[in-house]
Parts: sequence; C-alpha cells; structure tokens
Amino acid sequence: MTLKEELKEKKSAIVQKWIDAALASYHKDAQGALRQTKAQFTNPAGFNLAQGLDGLFDALLEGVITDSVATFLDMTVRLRAVQDFAPSEALAFLIRIKQIVRDELGRERLDAPGVRTDLAAFDAAADDLMLYAFDLYMQCREKIYDIKAQEARSQTYRLLQKAQSIADKE
Amino acid sequence: MSKLPKPAELAKVSYNNPATDWMDTPVEFKPGMYCHGSKPKSLEIVGFPNPRDWRPADADWKLPENWKEILIEGIADRLKKYRSFRLFMDICVRCGACADKCHFFIGTGDPKNMPVLRAELIRSVYRKEFTTAGKILGRMAGARDLTLDVLKEWWYYFYQCTECRRCSVFCPYGIDQAEITIIGRELLNLLGLNIEWIAGPVSNCYMKGNHLGLEPHTIVGNLEYMLDDIETVTGKRIKPSFNRKGAEILFVTPSGDLFADPGTYTCMGYLMLFEELGLDYTWSTYASEGGNFGFFTSNEMGKRLNSKIYAEAKRLGVKWILGGECGHMWRVLSQYMDTWNGPADFLEVPKSPITGTVFENAKSMKMVHIAEFTADLIKNNKLKLDPKRNDHLTVTWHDSCNVSRGMGMLEEPRYVLRNVVNNFVEMPEDTIREKTFCCGSGTGLNASEDMELRMKGGFPRANAAKFVHEHYGVNMLANVCAIDRATLKPLMDYWVPGVNVCGLHELVANAMIMKGEKERTTDLRGEPLPNVQAKEEKA
Repeated sequence: MTLKEELKEKKSAIVQKWIDAALASYHKDAQGALRQTKAQFTNPAGFNLAQGLDGLFDALLEGVITDSVATFLDMTVRLRAVQDFAPSEALAFLIRIKQIVRDELGRERLDAPGVRTDLAAFDAAADDLMLYAFDLYMQCREKIYDIKAQEARSQTYRLLQKAQSIADKE
Repeated sequence: MSKLPKPAELAKVSYNNPATDWMDTPVEFKPGMYCHGSKPKSLEIVGFPNPRDWRPADADWKLPENWKEILIEGIADRLKKYRSFRLFMDICVRCGACADKCHFFIGTGDPKNMPVLRAELIRSVYRKEFTTAGKILGRMAGARDLTLDVLKEWWYYFYQCTECRRCSVFCPYGIDQAEITIIGRELLNLLGLNIEWIAGPVSNCYMKGNHLGLEPHTIVGNLEYMLDDIETVTGKRIKPSFNRKGAEILFVTPSGDLFADPGTYTCMGYLMLFEELGLDYTWSTYASEGGNFGFFTSNEMGKRLNSKIYAEAKRLGVKWILGGECGHMWRVLSQYMDTWNGPADFLEVPKSPITGTVFENAKSMKMVHIAEFTADLIKNNKLKLDPKRNDHLTVTWHDSCNVSRGMGMLEEPRYVLRNVVNNFVEMPEDTIREKTFCCGSGTGLNASEDMELRMKGGFPRANAAKFVHEHYGVNMLANVCAIDRATLKPLMDYWVPGVNVCGLHELVANAMIMKGEKERTTDLRGEPLPNVQAKEEKA
C-alpha cells in the first residue's frame, strides 16, 4: 500500500485531528459549539473549517498545491485573519498536519521503505500550502485596511463634493 | 535588529488556549474589538456624568472615587424600576440554548460572547449584592465582587452586543439579552463610560437634530445634489418642501440616508415616490433624525432625543408622520415613542391619501413605516412599475433585526420587493425572518476602529449571502435599515465580493414609471439599464 492510499484510508481520522488542532486555539468552553461541523448556516465557523480542511487534505494527498486550493483555504483562513490571533497563531494549525500524519502512521510505518520519500513529498506540499495561506492571510489583512479607507472616503464623499462645488463657484 | 527566537524556543509553542474558568480569565482589550472612548465634550453637551479624556486600553479610567456605590445603586434603582430586569437576573437556568445563537460568539469563538455568559457578567454581581445565597456562598452560588476588572469586562462585552435579540428567540424563558445589554450600557453611562461613536452622534442629535450634525442648509444642500441626479436620470426636477406648516404628512428618516452611499440612493427613491404620488408632505430640518443613538445610551437619553419628533409634528400642524427605512428607529418609535413622549392626540390616525387605507396598527403612535405605506400603494395598484428595469439584479432580502424580529415586519418589504424585481431569492431558512442574523454593526458599533469585530459579527450573515451568491447568482442584498446599508457593504466586500447593498426604495424608484419622465437609460447609480446594455451589445 502506498502512503497516499494509506492516508486516504485514514482520512476521516486525520482530518478530525486536524480540526481538533485548529479548535484547540479557542477557549475550551467554546469548542463544543464550534465542533458542530454539519450546521452550514447556524455554525458557519465549524462548518467552513471542517469543509476547508477536508478539501485541503485531498490536495495534500495529490502532492500539488495550486490556486485550486483557494476556496478551501479561504474557508479556513479568512475568519481566523480577523480573530484575536497573532499571525503565527492564526495559521499554526495548518502545519500541524505534518505531526498528525506521523502520529497516525506510527513509528514502525514511518521507517518502512519508501515511506520516508513519500512523506517528504507530503511535507513539501504542506509547506507550499502554508505559503499560500500566508499570502491569503495578508490579503485579508490588507482588505481590512482597504475597507477602513473606503469607509472614510464614502463618509466624506458628499462633503468633498460640496467643497468642490463651492470652490468652483468661487 | 530585534531578537529572533531560537528553533528550540519556537518548538515550545503551545497550540492550546489556556483553559481557565471564565471568572478567572480577566478581560484583555484586543485592537479592532472595541471603539474609542467617549470624548468629554460629547458628554458635557448632554449633561452626562464624568466627562474626561480617557482611553479604554489605559489602566486608569479616571473614575469617581465612589464608582462602586454609584453602580450598585444604579442596579438597585433599575431592579425596582424594571420588572423584566429583575426577572432576567433571577430566572436563567443556564441551559445553554442561547449559547451558539449569537453572531458575535459564532464569529469570535469567545465564550463571553455567549448570551448566557454576557448576562452572567452582570448576574454574578447581582447575586453578590442582592441575593442571600450569593452573599453567603459567594462563588459557589455564582456570585463575585464588583472590581475594576469586572467593570472593564462589562464595558468590553456590552459593546460587543448589538441588541439584535436572536438569542431570545431560542431562550425557553424568553430572556431578552438586548434588555440586559441596554441596562448594562445604562450603568456604564453612570460613570461616563460610553463609546464616542455613540456619544458623538447623541450630542450632535441633541444640538442639531440629527446624528451627523447636519445643519439645515446642509440638509437642503445634500438633497439638492440628489435632485440633480434624479433630474439626470428621469428628466424631472423635483422641488420638495422643508419645515412647511400645514403639510398633511411629516417625513422623518435616518440622517444616514442624506449623507452616504448607498443610503442616498434610497433617499432619492423616497423623493421620487412622493413626487409621483403628489404627496402633501414636508421634510423637517429639525426633526431630521429617525434613528436614536440615545437608545443605545440610556432610556432617558433615548426619550430626550425622541421628543423632537412629536414636537415638530405639533409645530408644523401635520396630520400624521411617515418614517423612512430604518431598523432601530422603527423599534424605538413603535415600542417607546408613544409612552415616552405621547400620547400624540393632536395627530390623526394615519390614512393614506392615495388609497384611503387607514393604518389601524398605528392608531396610537400615529406613525407609519414606508414599507407598509408602499406595500399598500402597490396592493391598490397605484404605482406603474416595470420590474424589468431591475433585471440586472438578483436580489436577496436581509431582515433587519429590529424591524423583523423586533417588530414583526416580515411580509410588507417582501411584497414590495416581489413587485419591483423579477429575480428574488431568499437566504437559507435559519438565517432570515425571526432567525435573521445581525449585520454585526448595529447599536452604534458601526465605527471603523472596531472593523475586526464587525467582520466577525457579520460573518454568519455574510455566510448565508455567500451561499445564495454562489448558487443563485445573487448580486444585491436589499434591506430597510440605514445602519445595514452602511455596514453590509464593507461586510460583503470582505466576505462576498460581487454582492452589493441597497435599500428597498432604491429598487422601487428604479422600477417606477413616472409621469412625464424621459426614457431612462440608467438606474439611480448611473449604471446602464439592462435593456440599454442589451441594445449596446447588439450595436
């Protein structure tokens, strides 16, 4: 069995642990509610996290991280980019997938021939994913500042229009 | 160069949130999560206590020495005055039904944003000071002392609640968290602990009649710009009247409609509708604010700011009052105005001069919401409408908390919408009508410095809008609330680019065929109409 096949088989357990790793950054009293990952509209935080990580894990198995992961990444990162986390805290859960996969495989399997090479490829994909996440996180933060600037502009638009027309008359 | 951590140090990072009990987790002021503190001038103008320069993140809040006494007395007063408050302090069984219903909890993952825990912030002090069990058993009975940390926690979290009341829909006892937040904010105001985004508009409104502090010539001037734009689109020059004695109807709308897009397009819609009807109405540059940020400050302040509406109606000698599109304005007017500043027995029961419909629902307060008014016009076939002009839009409806959950106005705006657009799609069931999700920026939290809070609080609403955008091509989020119009736009920009925001009467005016109008080629925003677009493409 190749590493990819094995990880595919263990997908649900691995993704669950990945979700747990992300939820661990919230206070214990909040985790129960956030864990309701089926409620798309009443618990969008848990739902998007679970759906996003599920899709990202499939991408990692393919070993190629491209723009096609954007939707899933967005589901996991956009909310955390405005939550009370330092940038590193906001994204740390993504690289935890490396340790989760190792824990799930067990020491014996890790030493098996071929696994180490395959795992290196998996790790490389996880690293790429992290780089994409970093870009998205920055886009989100920049968007917040852009929105603040737009809001200030929209609030003063009529004033500027007025000032302009007074200036024109003079 | 700053010191970089060594790999070994980095490896010590704990990924887990420290799990301390809520009472042992002191509040931490995070940037983006709170608004600026009230300025002394804003408090002085309305005679509020403790005006001084202060910053919420500072250790010293410059409180009066006897601040605890003031607060405990304040609680005692309100327990006597409001039976609901005493009830809500006593009856919660902490079943948790409300816990995950708050948009701020969903978006922040902060347990203190669970409605039950937000209420517990005050309840714990109530138990300690006002119940025997709390006095004797202390923490075992869920009681705690009122300390500076507790006060700061109140301030932080009572300004992270938009009084939307979604939690109360799910509470088996019907505990209304909005009322607890209202009292919490009243208590904070006894110590001069408001936010400037509320205190500033309150003082503006008190001095100049509206939140934005627009003076009469500015109100007229701003409307003039809109009249120019209307003339460009329709070829018709409208001449509204201001402060006109003897008009049949006084029109009052939130001042946001006069000032910033996309509210201004809604305002153009009102002007066009009234012109088409030949309505005998007047604007007032004195009662120039339908909204009421005083309501987010204290009951007394809400009453003071509201008093100008009946006073102006009396001065002008109108028969009844028509209200523009606003959320909290409608709740304040419907639920409070009559008992605060009524009875308005000098006014008549509102009767539409166009259809003859008597608005029995407004028998006592004498004020009608424009969505009701327009729904009645359409029902009686009094408007010539061409919904095809809105065919470039696929619209969904955001139920604004105060008008829908608060006041039950669910069908009227939908009826209007169905008649003025051909493409209307509802958002998922758990996110509309009584269970609607808040915009995340209401009750005066629509400042810019708390943008992260707003984006988190509005996340559940945006998530539902995203669903209909992706599945049904929705590109317009319509509503009847001035705060929504201002705040849903940035919310959509962050979460669902491609969805715009508008008021109901912008869509009405786009669809409405006016007598003697020129052939329209654009909508009110100056965008080409769908048929014009098609013609251009053919050519």
